[in-house]
Amino acid sequence: MTELNLTLKVWRQAGPDAPGSFDTIEAKGINDEMSFLEMLDIVNERLINDGKEAIVFDHDCREGICGTCSLMINGQAHGPQKGTATCQLHMRKFHDGQEIVIEPWRATAFPIVKDLMVDRSAFDRIVESGGFITAETGGASDANLTPIPKPVADAAMDAAACIGCGACVAACPNSAANLFTSAKVSHLNLLPQGQAERYSRVEAMVDTMEEFFGSCTNHGECQEACPKEISIDFIALMNKDYLKSKFKNRRMLSRR
Amino acid sequence: MELNSKIPDGPIAEKWTNYKFDRKLVNPANRRKYDIIVVGTGLAGGAAAATLGEQGYNVKAFTFHDSPRRAHSIAAQGGINAAKNYKGDGDSIYRLFYDTVKGGDFRAREANVYRLAEESVNIIDQATAQGVPFAREYGGLLDNRSFGGAQVSRTFYARGQTGQQLLLGVYSQLARQIGLGNVALYNRTELIDVVVVDGEAAGIVVRDLLTGEVTSHSAHAVVLATGGYSNVFFLSTNAMNCNVTAAWRAHRRGAAFANPCYTQIHPTCIPQSDEFQSKLTLMSESLRNDGRIWAPKSPDDNRPADQIPEDDRDYYLERRYPSFGNLAPRDVASRAALVEVSAGKGVGPLKNGVYLDFSDAINRLGEKVIEERYGNLFEMYERITDESPYKVPMRIYPAPHYTMGGLWVDYELMTTVPGLYATGEANFSDHGANRLGASALMQGLADGYFVLPNTISNYLAPKLGTTPIPTDHPEFQAAEAAANERFSGYLSIGGTRSPDHFHHELGQIMLTQCGMERTKEGLTQALADIPALHAEFKKDLRVTGDGESTNQTLEKAGRVDDFFELAQAMCLDALTREESCGGHFRAEHQTEEGEAQRDDEHFAHVAAWEWTGDPGKPIRNTEPLTFDNVHLAVRSYK
Amino acid sequence: MASTTVARGPASGGAQRAKRKAPFPVEFYRSALGKKYVMALTGIMLMGFVLLHMIGNLKMYLGPEEFNHYAEFLRELLVPILPRTVALWGMRLGLIAAFGLHIHSAYSLTRMNHAARTVKYQSPRDYAAANFASRTMRWTGIIVGLFLIWHLFDLSWTGTPGMTFVRGEAYQNVVSSLSRPVVAAFYVAANIALGIHLFHGAWSLFQSMGWNNPRFNVWRKNVAIAFAAIIVIGNVSFPLAVQFGIVHVN
Repeated sequence: MTELNLTLKVWRQAGPDAPGSFDTIEAKGINDEMSFLEMLDIVNERLINDGKEAIVFDHDCREGICGTCSLMINGQAHGPQKGTATCQLHMRKFHDGQEIVIEPWRATAFPIVKDLMVDRSAFDRIVESGGFITAETGGASDANLTPIPKPVADAAMDAAACIGCGACVAACPNSAANLFTSAKVSHLNLLPQGQAERYSRVEAMVDTMEEFFGSCTNHGECQEACPKEISIDFIALMNKDYLKSKFKNRRMLSRR
Repeated sequence: MELNSKIPDGPIAEKWTNYKFDRKLVNPANRRKYDIIVVGTGLAGGAAAATLGEQGYNVKAFTFHDSPRRAHSIAAQGGINAAKNYKGDGDSIYRLFYDTVKGGDFRAREANVYRLAEESVNIIDQATAQGVPFAREYGGLLDNRSFGGAQVSRTFYARGQTGQQLLLGVYSQLARQIGLGNVALYNRTELIDVVVVDGEAAGIVVRDLLTGEVTSHSAHAVVLATGGYSNVFFLSTNAMNCNVTAAWRAHRRGAAFANPCYTQIHPTCIPQSDEFQSKLTLMSESLRNDGRIWAPKSPDDNRPADQIPEDDRDYYLERRYPSFGNLAPRDVASRAALVEVSAGKGVGPLKNGVYLDFSDAINRLGEKVIEERYGNLFEMYERITDESPYKVPMRIYPAPHYTMGGLWVDYELMTTVPGLYATGEANFSDHGANRLGASALMQGLADGYFVLPNTISNYLAPKLGTTPIPTDHPEFQAAEAAANERFSGYLSIGGTRSPDHFHHELGQIMLTQCGMERTKEGLTQALADIPALHAEFKKDLRVTGDGESTNQTLEKAGRVDDFFELAQAMCLDALTREESCGGHFRAEHQTEEGEAQRDDEHFAHVAAWEWTGDPGKPIRNTEPLTFDNVHLAVRSYK
Repeated sequence: MASTTVARGPASGGAQRAKRKAPFPVEFYRSALGKKYVMALTGIMLMGFVLLHMIGNLKMYLGPEEFNHYAEFLRELLVPILPRTVALWGMRLGLIAAFGLHIHSAYSLTRMNHAARTVKYQSPRDYAAANFASRTMRWTGIIVGLFLIWHLFDLSWTGTPGMTFVRGEAYQNVVSSLSRPVVAAFYVAANIALGIHLFHGAWSLFQSMGWNNPRFNVWRKNVAIAFAAIIVIGNVSFPLAVQFGIVHVN
């Protein structure tokens, strides 16, 4: 166990439309076994003890699965460790005396709520427009009726692992949400159950996505930032399905 | 208070079918005339809101998260039980029912558990239809694994992320209903009070977590699906924001709170590494399929794990419970770990864990197979501890994880307040004194998809033609005023200690006195200490910031305030229940071998606590439990 | 783009928006994914042009007769099916359209991307994957575009100051132009910019077109590198060859 003395530069912003700026906060005596958010907990506890307002940041499960946590840490979404959400990032990845700059996700579609907290509702809007298989409760047939080849189930699971944290958008130089959207699309479009709505799904979800986010120019930055290491191969799959949706979807599907 | 469980007549296997036929229905065209509030959007709440929306009701769904997909159901790792018997190893609805009643140490209601086992098979079908990517075999059929407390393979899973995938399934269906306009979603909105008018649930008072604005919402019925209260221990596997406020506020408005002392300590969590830690991380119980649990035989053995020879290792679960071995139920496994660590045989820098060793499994199956089964769990462990479980055994220790207790509900999942329902972990109904692994997901989804949407019409049907109580009713106005006063109160105390500080201290008391092992002295002490600490909280709390914008310190203050009152009910319940059963272990009541000793003569009942206005003096009501199908027996996993 | 303030109130009924109505190619092009697709397709056309242009220019090493003969061949392509220069003009028009669409889609996507992050990060970014090529596409694109205009004036239309331009005498014009050291350096620089642009573009088009298959995915980057390298090496060799006297007017 080592003790770290750190200098934090934390973005503080009182509200969505308020101006913001970096606040320099000394974080002394941080145990390197701590997680990054535990470090922030301690900083907050000290701020409260000093009569100051605690830093607002989103967090919940702290197991890397709920996708609530965010943070741009030293210019990297979820910090320096690959495949790791901020809540699972540990202080042993930092060194004594280091300056750590913490900024909120920045995208027009993710307005800042306060300090480091942003509103990611745009993701919900994308899912609401088509990120589902219409399967009303009670009407399902036996689960083993349709065998699904293991590689297909595995590929769907790879896509479904997305935690919706928004790191892909945050990391993308264009604030594109193609990795998120393609993960949601691919999860369902790969499975036999998802075929009926395959093309209407991709069309609706992409169109909704484009109301909020930028466009993909294939930097690949999202894949590197993704705490679940979701592959940009899914973006290609979405592109292909979107093209098909426009050129094949219309009468051809019903004519067959 | 009268506790009418409304269990339908007939043989156990026909009760649910009979009920569904006998209940009153609401005609599809009339459903849009009803408003229903669902609080919480995890498995139970999200599934209920989506299904009710599909059926045609007007649903308002509330979550304090930014999105329904964040609910803590998402963190469940291992799997979900279902009596599909796809493996042909002798599973059946009756066996799942039997295992669950027995696993709950005979403190659950038989009829509810049977219904749960019946619906379990539909859940798998439903989830698969929604596109939940359950693990498959090479032939394309669904794969299963085993979990604690069962000798059949009935656990369906999606890698180590089963809860996530099931919740995303629920979320997708809920999102569809939101998109269609059948459900209105209020995010980042926290329930502050439940409003009861003329003895019936009239609506809720909520606080917008972004603006601090307090508003009221009324409906024909209110469903609480707000999860459990393990965070009363401060350190638990629950998400940071899990809290008891919704259930507790309902309790204060007349809903009885059942068996608050039934808490589950999960045996396989990563041990605490320092005193500032705020959250413990669970390692799925599924690891016990292939991992062997051991501790050194001697307390003085400080050698690294790989240098301790076989002869000096004590595989204590395999030794004490030869037939179930490492797959003993959670309460049994947890207490056994406590015994080892208390005897000084703990491992790790703080000597606060035992080993979960995969070397045998890796030798037998190869690293690749183990990686396929548990790769993501191993990675998570390594990220947290900087040790690779492929090379050194994991260190694990029990941590508070799940609460079997909760709002008392009848067979219809209605609390003692008519029109107020509780589903999922928020109610008490199905797990008795101990929950078996992979059963929480099952219960949440059964309640949300299949039970509540069927039972709620029985209450709503006679209300046809009525409109919800308007929110300018004096009861709503009074509740809103009280809520505003409550939060401005926290801000104006101006003391010296943060809500977290008090929470930490409360958690210490609860872990020591009301944790894995409870004693009369300890509980009595806790019942003196908690109110004293609560009084200090009211005098010395410090909340910085304001009440008009996002203020997580203020949110926490409200939650901790309610934990203080709940903690007293837990200790009181634990003190009154003079027996050991499941997760409730009273040191005074154990066999010579150290196993839990039940007292069926005096305690084969549900204790449902009634609010009196004084958190230290609630009234204890009982609902007797009868066991017509599974005979009361000493639970043995030997 | 969505607003910058946080909307409160319930979310409900969002999926019942009016659908876009237009002929499907137009509708497709209205979407960013469609624009990327068009960008990839036009990119492929332009890549084809660049490759053939470079290969054709290699004739320079065979001397003025071969080179000018090749230029004349282009004008006489498909004669007698079509009159002289018609096929060439057809190709030119196709290229002009491809350029136009390539630039228009790039322009509108860039605007969309700017609007998607109106407030930039206030601290330096630490990129893990985005490289110089991918982040400078619009600048290398502009450089190549400006170079192209200059190149047309220089060798096709009027000639530029400091050289002797004779319409139709392609070989002489090239040598005359590239004999100027500054111009030669400019050609080298512009082709390096082109190479950088091609490197990202050639890999990126696979993604945009949805050409993704585990069997050849590992080759996509290699193909892009190889293509960019071939073009740059070929094109840069011409000014160097003139400068070093390997190619000269007798």
